[in-house]
Amino acid sequence: MARIAGVDLPKNKKIEIALTYIFGIGVTSSAKILTESGVDPLIRVKDLKDDDVEKIRKVIEKDYKVEGALKAEVSENIKRLKEIQCYRGIRHIKGLPVRGQRTRTNARTRKGPSKGSVALKKKAPKK
Amino acid sequence: MSRSFKKGPYIDERLLKRVNELNEKKEKKVLKTYKRASMISPEFVGHTIAIHNGKKFIPVFITENMVGHRLGEFSPTRTFRAHSGDRKEGKVTAS
Repeated sequence: MARIAGVDLPKNKKIEIALTYIFGIGVTSSAKILTESGVDPLIRVKDLKDDDVEKIRKVIEKDYKVEGALKAEVSENIKRLKEIQCYRGIRHIKGLPVRGQRTRTNARTRKGPSKGSVALKKKAPKK
Repeated sequence: MSRSFKKGPYIDERLLKRVNELNEKKEKKVLKTYKRASMISPEFVGHTIAIHNGKKFIPVFITENMVGHRLGEFSPTRTFRAHSGDRKEGKVTAS
């Protein structure tokens, strides 16, 4: 069982794909890590040797910010934007799209599930 | 496309000159400006700059965190006053 950066890698996948299960590592950085550590990218995780895992882990620890540390950095950045009350921060506070997308329609990822007009009318008289 | 590094950041020259004059005199004055596209340079920190939003000048106190942003980001141009339906819970935006 290979465990890197606090994440269990899926056993039956190739290591180049398995590494992308770590938050902060995609296909590109996965390929880079494997060339640097000299591990065959096509080998399955279950066939990995322990010292291979160790090599990969070392490269990741040296050069990459992953999982918790990366998540912390992202939320730190968002917090900064909110604190200085700039346009992007305000959009984060309001839960609206930050990068200038339209909000007349769509934008459901940021705004959450649609509140149909019927549901709103029903709710209003109650209050 | 992002701006060429060769040119350096866009900081409005006349605004920077006015800020530098205030710095030399160790004065604090509210500077009115229309230069929303101008980047905030480290010299601005601690000053209050009134940034035009198309209608009036919004005074903004510049802190260290704001360096590198543009002035216009701190002076919203649109007002959103809640939809008619959610008047009760709708918080009217601060501006």
